Amino acid sequence: MNWYGLYTLFGKEVWRFMKVASQTILTPIITVLLYLLVFVSVLEEHVTVYENISYTAFLISGLIMMSIIQNAFANTSSSFFQSKMMGSLIFLLLPPLSTFEFYLAFIGAAVVRGLVVGLGVWIATLWFIVLPIYNLWILLCFAILGSAILGTLGLIASIWADKWDQISGFQNFIILPLTFLSGVFYRIDTLPEFWQKISYYNPFFYMIDGFRYGFFGISEMNVAISLAIVCLFFTAVSAFCLWILHIGYKIRY
Amino acid sequence: MVAAVSISHIYKHYGNLHALKGVDFEIPKGSFFGLLGPNGAGKSTLINIMAGLVRATQGTVRILDHDVRLQWRQARHALGIVPQELAIDPFFTVHEVLRLQSGYFGLGRENTPWIDELLHVLNLSDKANTNLQKLSGGMKRRVLIALALVHKPPIVVLDEPTAGVDVELRQVLWEFANDLHQKGHTIVLTTHYIEEAERLCEKIAILNEGQLVALDNTSVLLARYPYRLLRLSLTCHDVILPTGLQDKVQSFLKNELVLRLHKEKDQIGEILESLRGANIQFSDLHTEEPGLEDVFLSLTSREKGKK
Repeated sequence: MNWYGLYTLFGKEVWRFMKVASQTILTPIITVLLYLLVFVSVLEEHVTVYENISYTAFLISGLIMMSIIQNAFANTSSSFFQSKMMGSLIFLLLPPLSTFEFYLAFIGAAVVRGLVVGLGVWIATLWFIVLPIYNLWILLCFAILGSAILGTLGLIASIWADKWDQISGFQNFIILPLTFLSGVFYRIDTLPEFWQKISYYNPFFYMIDGFRYGFFGISEMNVAISLAIVCLFFTAVSAFCLWILHIGYKIRY
Repeated sequence: MVAAVSISHIYKHYGNLHALKGVDFEIPKGSFFGLLGPNGAGKSTLINIMAGLVRATQGTVRILDHDVRLQWRQARHALGIVPQELAIDPFFTVHEVLRLQSGYFGLGRENTPWIDELLHVLNLSDKANTNLQKLSGGMKRRVLIALALVHKPPIVVLDEPTAGVDVELRQVLWEFANDLHQKGHTIVLTTHYIEEAERLCEKIAILNEGQLVALDNTSVLLARYPYRLLRLSLTCHDVILPTGLQDKVQSFLKNELVLRLHKEKDQIGEILESLRGANIQFSDLHTEEPGLEDVFLSLTSREKGKK
């Protein structure tokens, strides 16, 4: 194992997003605050999700997870795709880094970016409400798994894509609908039966629901089932990503 | 002795396109080796196979006896590639990218003196803290060379390093390449400037249409070429050449006539006699020995002619 190489690549990926922190950390925090201003002012008095839990608290917990996973996706997809387009990817392909080391470094950095943005959103929303923490380990577990999954999807998208259009297509037509239809803004069981059933096939729902359990100790789905499904999904996307890296799909011809 | 690079029966197919068709040769350790060929000959594909960026359809490449597919870590440690494209990472400064590249090869702070030396030798010291985006093309080319050498590879591949580079920088690059060679590095060079290859390389391989058409010491390759040139400055350009000379004309521009003569079959005395017989006057003449460019053109056009 080339541990130092792995550490260097991981450090470089973290360093990259920290160099443009206003774009990679501050912007998503401001976006979430705008969501909050709009949704909370309109819906706070009209929507009840759980007893003793305000809609603001429900929404903020979902928005934190949404920011975590969206930024994890953005980190790997933009970094890898930019390297691919500019030709500088060659400097990551020439050194003795294995597929697994390469994967770990990129996903590790995506997790760090997700967690940094999530923490930033949490701090920024303290002004609105102080969320209770029911179980920190469950919170961290879902945050890490969620960002690792989306970081992996970002890597897959950027390996596959040949144009920036395709990356934004992947984000707008797959990631965004799955995120918005995952119960960030509402409870799944308030939906019509058909959409409820559809939502249960959405793995993002289990990430959001499990993460929310970490704050409130309440969830729509049993948290153990959510954790199992999220782990399964993580295993599947990681295996696929490692495989395409291993065969050199669109990287090593 | 183990070869620096051993290429055995390499084929590379991209669908119906056969980029390499059974290429087979060795690059001796410590040599300054030229890999020449026209565009599309397969040079870059072969270099990319050596670097692990392209996977051969068939055959093996070994770098210092390490198979690039099976012992890829050792093979990549032994190889430094200066790519053709001026690809840069816009987020970092010169010193930062060198530190990162060194780290990917598992080298930490202990490699800092070598990074500083590279910056000094390549005249990059004053640009060490400049973002790569702000560098000129020539400076970026120097950074690419430093990146290839950051892990002290025994084999350095220079893929068209002087393409688009001004004369001054070209001289600096060749002096640097020569220094590396003197220090024991194996240098593999691809270039469009044939005269550079002729001047620098001890041994040359010529690829054409995915096949090896020549492999020899530069001097032997030059000696193998059976022609020499006879350059004449005519007093008048409005002349009719004798029939026997017309197929020997290499060029005839203004008053300058260049004839390509076979070293053994064509006697200069007979040629001059034939010109006098046709009442063609000249004010000056000299002969030229063939250059590598002539050998190159002869070999690559002969292959085309076979088709």
